[in-house]
Amino acid sequence: MFNTTYSDESPRVLQHMLERERAGTGAALPRRSFLKVIGAGGLALGAFPHLTTAQGSAPAGGGLKPTEQPSAFVQIATNGEVTVTINRLEFGQGVETGLPMILAEELDADWSLVRSRNGSNDAAYQDPRFGMHITGGSSSIRNSYSQYRELGARARAMLLAAAATRWNVDVASLRTQAGTVIGAGGRKASYGELAEAAMALPVPEKVTLKDPKDFRIIGRATTRIDAKAKSCGQQGFGIDVRLPGQLTAVVARPPVFGAKLTSVDDAAARAVKGVKAVLRVPLDGGAEGVAVVADGYWQAKTGRDALKLAWDLSSVEKVDSDKQLIQYRELAARPGPRFLDADMAPLATAPRTLEAEFVVPYLAHAPMEPLNCTVKLSADRVELWVGTQFPGGDTVAIARVLGLKPEQVRINVQTAGGGFGRRGVPSSDFVVLACEVGKAARAAGFDVPVRTLWSREDDMKGGYYRPMHLHRARIGFDDKGKVLAWDHALVGQSILTGTVFGGRVKNAIDPTATEGMGAPYPFPMRLTVHHPKLNVPVLWWRSVGSTHTAFVMETLIDDIARATMQDPVTYRMQLFGDQSPRHRAALQLAVDRSGYGKAQLPPGRAWGVAVHESFASVVAYVVEASVSEGRPVLHRVTAGVHCNLVVNPRSVEAQVQGAAVMGLSMCLPGGAITLKDGVVQQSNFGDFVVPRITDMPEFAVHIVPSAEPPTGMGEPGLPALAPAFANAIAQLTGKPVRQMPFNLS
Amino acid sequence: MSTLNINGRNQTVDVDPGTPILWALRDTLGMTGTKFGCGAALCGACTVHLDGQAIRSCVTPISAAEGKKITTIEAATDGSDPVGAAVHAAWVKHDVAQCGYCQSGQIMSATAFLKSLPKGKQPTAAEVDSAMAGNICRCGTYARIRAAVADAARSLV
Repeated sequence: MFNTTYSDESPRVLQHMLERERAGTGAALPRRSFLKVIGAGGLALGAFPHLTTAQGSAPAGGGLKPTEQPSAFVQIATNGEVTVTINRLEFGQGVETGLPMILAEELDADWSLVRSRNGSNDAAYQDPRFGMHITGGSSSIRNSYSQYRELGARARAMLLAAAATRWNVDVASLRTQAGTVIGAGGRKASYGELAEAAMALPVPEKVTLKDPKDFRIIGRATTRIDAKAKSCGQQGFGIDVRLPGQLTAVVARPPVFGAKLTSVDDAAARAVKGVKAVLRVPLDGGAEGVAVVADGYWQAKTGRDALKLAWDLSSVEKVDSDKQLIQYRELAARPGPRFLDADMAPLATAPRTLEAEFVVPYLAHAPMEPLNCTVKLSADRVELWVGTQFPGGDTVAIARVLGLKPEQVRINVQTAGGGFGRRGVPSSDFVVLACEVGKAARAAGFDVPVRTLWSREDDMKGGYYRPMHLHRARIGFDDKGKVLAWDHALVGQSILTGTVFGGRVKNAIDPTATEGMGAPYPFPMRLTVHHPKLNVPVLWWRSVGSTHTAFVMETLIDDIARATMQDPVTYRMQLFGDQSPRHRAALQLAVDRSGYGKAQLPPGRAWGVAVHESFASVVAYVVEASVSEGRPVLHRVTAGVHCNLVVNPRSVEAQVQGAAVMGLSMCLPGGAITLKDGVVQQSNFGDFVVPRITDMPEFAVHIVPSAEPPTGMGEPGLPALAPAFANAIAQLTGKPVRQMPFNLS
Repeated sequence: MSTLNINGRNQTVDVDPGTPILWALRDTLGMTGTKFGCGAALCGACTVHLDGQAIRSCVTPISAAEGKKITTIEAATDGSDPVGAAVHAAWVKHDVAQCGYCQSGQIMSATAFLKSLPKGKQPTAAEVDSAMAGNICRCGTYARIRAAVADAARSLV
């Protein structure tokens, strides 16, 4: 989620959002102190003081921001266990291991004793660069690398100071090693022994960080901290939260986005054993739904299915994918705002021209854990348990919906079963819905926590899709493949318009639609952008704009190479020149390790190549594919990855493979959400088809060595997969692939 | 009232006999290791064993479990079952999980599959794929699942 340039401007955008909220409520954003010193009375658990508290009980370090305070991030128990709090949603990408690795490196912790835990919407857990709680844009490691190093170094300095005091020696005579402070003559004290004394010491503001050549945790292939818990059913997710008295709600939604509810017959629903209440609740986008609240999910869902509801569909927009495509084609032919504006005169005289139209559908994120959010509401406070990528925006939205101040909202971030963007929503749709249900339940006399849980069908049909897009290109080039003019039109709904991030839309162009177009190729391009308005809610989907722009760009590059009889790798390398060394390095690595151009492929297979930068990382793929009974088959993938310094190579491998599989999901039959007469046609994994193990290619991931500060890897593995696969298929069929899912008929 | 034998213990649940095993486990008994993914036997996240067979608990009513033994992820990986323990160990060794939500179901499918093999038989790659094809992982951990199942099979010889 979020485009590459997002980080540069977001603090201003978010600041604006918060200021607006403050103006409305008169309340300042909280710097709450619920992370009080647990060990103040000498408890077993050592904790460093949280220093921005109003209590004034904590010593010095007042110049540090909440995001810089070790107390909010490191707890050291007397047995030496180090618990690191993560400032992100863990939803598969591995930050619950990566961030503790970074902190533990500078702390010089014993890795076998390092644990991690989830954070909250406390100010300490804001992204240090965005100034808000957010997980997206493959930014967790990128933006918190320095932060977590410094946090670890501060904690280490406090432990050293505690040992120096205990032994009455100069701190300079001490060193640390794997959770132990070591003094002259081999005298030792464990971090666990020192934690309580260290707690009482001032937090140093300035610390010296390690020379990366001394790293012993960062860069080492490390098994995830949660690997065990996730392999025996012990890992808790948001859906697993069970509070005393908790009820579960399932919500009936309109069959067409925005349809009005005209009548409710809930007699049969109320008769279902376990059903407690049937409540009308406001829905996202001004619609209305009906929540059935019951002892558990099955009773609530059975009740929901027994509702007899009437909807007024007469005045509501009914999107139809086939008609939509015709409209998009008409739009593409019209003039519109230009994101790039090169001179197109050379098109008329170009020795060769190429014209192409691309269509990609709506896509559901379909994370394996259905959306859910548990709300415990009281008169002046609300507490939520939810796997959310956007606690910052959610806090503001929750306060607004419930008539509370932001500081009365506590979000306990829960480990999530995937998300891919769906758990980071500018409108906070599923969090707001759970609050509406909680509010209605409380008004109806149920003063208990309520978990709102979506069925898979609710998720598939519930909108917030990757938008459908149409691209049209007309390219003029010479016999050597030099592009003389590239006229390009892009049509698709804007993700950011009308949201809190709307300020990023400039000249009526949403940057999340155009990211990945043009660069790094030095082509004279004119890029016209149209953002039609439709009532289908849209959202970022893992790697956002690059989900379609990489497909379009990288298949067209191959088309030009093929038209001019050039090898697609040689052609790209020549275009990269000296300007794009990371692209060159990633592609070269994939080429070398795959045997591209050298190895003999089995009959019926072809090579495909693509490379793409997104979120500041570059991933190149060399693939082997075939066509079997009209179906595209991906056999083997070799990845070349440039993400600068690698924190956990095992995690990078996992993220590249995982993102590639999600990329593959766009290519294979059934990877589409379509609408007919306003009704979403897919409902579950039977008709929105995602890859299974039988679709999985052999897969090798190779990483370009680098010492530069790390860039993210949650999303960059996705974009280049589809075009590499398509380029191989085009080699086999002689026909370029212009649609996702691939249409080989 | 229905009586279910879960992980070797008889437990009574006061829910409609048509209630899927999944929801009796999760909401009534608080055993949350078994996951809800699709509710339609399409994704495998809810896989448990019924008399040793891998079944989809989201579509199997508790009435179908009377007189039978239900085994869930909690018992399969608690060390008491050598096959479950081998699969659990292989899953950790290969660092399979990403979000981890589907992995209870993956592990229950893998365990049932390995138990179904004749003693000493090593599965082919195609057999592993076929056995695991009913379990979706949206994070795309399939390469490591393959490696872990093969490794667990080897360790059981």
